[in-house]
Amino acid sequence: MNEPDWLAPSPRLLTMRRAQVAAGAVGAAVLLFAALVSSTLAGAVIAGVAALVAGAVAQLFVTRRVRAWGYAEREDDLFVKRGVLFARLSVIPYGRMQFVDVTAGPVERLFGLATVRMHTAAAASDARIPGLASDEAARVRDRLAELGESQAAGL
Amino acid sequence: MNDEGWRRLHPLSPLVRAGRATIAIFILLVPTLLSGRNASSEYFQLAVVAALAGLGVVSWLVTRWRIDGDDLRIETGVLRRQSLRFPLSQVQAIDIVRPGLARMFRVAELRLRMGGASGDTARLAYLNEHEVEPLRAYLLALAHRGETAEAPLEEAPERVLVQLPTPRLVASILVSDVGMLGEIVLLGLVIGAIVAPGAARAIASTGAAELVAVATLVWRRFNQEYRFSLAQADDGLRLHSGLVALNTETIRAGRVQAVRMVEPLLWRRLGWCRLEVDLAGRQRRKGEGETSGRPIRALLPVGSRALALELLEHVIPDAPQPALRPPSRVRWKSPLRYRFLAWGRSDTVVVTRTGRIRRVTVWVPLEKVQSVRWVEGPVQRALRLATVHLDTAGRALHAALRDRDRGEADAALGDLVRLARAARRAPP
Repeated sequence: MNEPDWLAPSPRLLTMRRAQVAAGAVGAAVLLFAALVSSTLAGAVIAGVAALVAGAVAQLFVTRRVRAWGYAEREDDLFVKRGVLFARLSVIPYGRMQFVDVTAGPVERLFGLATVRMHTAAAASDARIPGLASDEAARVRDRLAELGESQAAGL
Repeated sequence: MNDEGWRRLHPLSPLVRAGRATIAIFILLVPTLLSGRNASSEYFQLAVVAALAGLGVVSWLVTRWRIDGDDLRIETGVLRRQSLRFPLSQVQAIDIVRPGLARMFRVAELRLRMGGASGDTARLAYLNEHEVEPLRAYLLALAHRGETAEAPLEEAPERVLVQLPTPRLVASILVSDVGMLGEIVLLGLVIGAIVAPGAARAIASTGAAELVAVATLVWRRFNQEYRFSLAQADDGLRLHSGLVALNTETIRAGRVQAVRMVEPLLWRRLGWCRLEVDLAGRQRRKGEGETSGRPIRALLPVGSRALALELLEHVIPDAPQPALRPPSRVRWKSPLRYRFLAWGRSDTVVVTRTGRIRRVTVWVPLEKVQSVRWVEGPVQRALRLATVHLDTAGRALHAALRDRDRGEADAALGDLVRLARAARRAPP
């Protein structure tokens, strides 16, 4: 199969994921420090630093995972690829689409991002594109809906 | 509203619908009625029963149905009046269900499974036994023509493909996983009773719940598949089975999403297998029974491989056999699965074989494929392997080209996507 033109999620997705991991690491460090500081000061410092170091390592993994996301709109189907350790590539024909929804959680909204998800009749179909800029998400949704309608096939 | 054409259900319906509760009430009530007469608590009990019976009668009184042009209409409910309209053109299948109590009173339930997005089920519970078969044929005829033209009242003739002999069913259960479990437990108890009677009795009394559970499983299997028969009818394959409850079900060929052949370890020695189909259906809803939401139906509860392949031909014509073996390095990744792994395809059907102890072969028609996924895990990457999954609208079965060489998986992904597109576009 010839390689399609991959599109990537918005760069803001990486910022968002990194911020989430950083917030988690700092939160964990503070909690550990607060919990241990009354008994041993040295232990509290070590635990806090360890949490921060773990957070820094996690940043590397998060970066790789975010970079692995990609999607390509082809003539008859949508390609979505994801994952580093478990690499996945889903092919979803537009004709099989039942509906498309766009969701944006509070954190995603803060960064102006949205997740587009395609639903087929198969529960196992896994077609999710996270971290699209709001206008790109709307464009993808409209295009998928349009293509899905023109190519619709029964069960 | 004119009352013309409206019909009621069978008067015994509330009694049958209450089912086991009815039997329990009778068992509880009869001894109290036969013994003393003047205890006031009896009047209270009687009042409760009378109230329940009254509710049943009222629900029967307010429920009525009619065939109105192309629709089946059902009206029901006292406080929350419901008027349901089922377009007959969307009927997928009409099943006849006869629970044990219904058979005692010579009534049966007619269940219309609707297609479309809603995928509801219209239930007429219960109707007179003589009424059900002609009504079913009439409704089916209406469903096929989509008009009220003169419909044949005769049931379309069926050609019987399979009849399951009871000894074969018993034997298959005895060597199945559930059966073996029961036998081991029983054998253990018998040996225990001979060696140390006291201890065995203690074990039997403490493990009573487990014993009952195993017995229930065995019984359910037997009850469901007793006198199983499969016939070819005009509107699809028709299944009949049941010992206490009789079930009739029709499977339209177009609804089959995937077919699976299961060969458990012990059955393989006897050359037996089980053939099952996965049907398109909605997600199971809350409170829905096991049987109505069950997406898998056995086309052949137990039978020879040759017979199973013959039946497969009825559901998926020209099905290929799995012939392409995975590379031998897969032994390192899936040591137990390796001996079974294989796949094959024609231009319209994909077949895959897998399993650790049971051998499971799945056929998926390419026109039913909803999406294709390519997955590569860390161990697979080290061995240059990948898996291609085919997703269908069926919920229980799915085909996976497991642990193929990277290059082969990539090529297969491209081919399958292309073939699935062609199959989808082809006129049915």
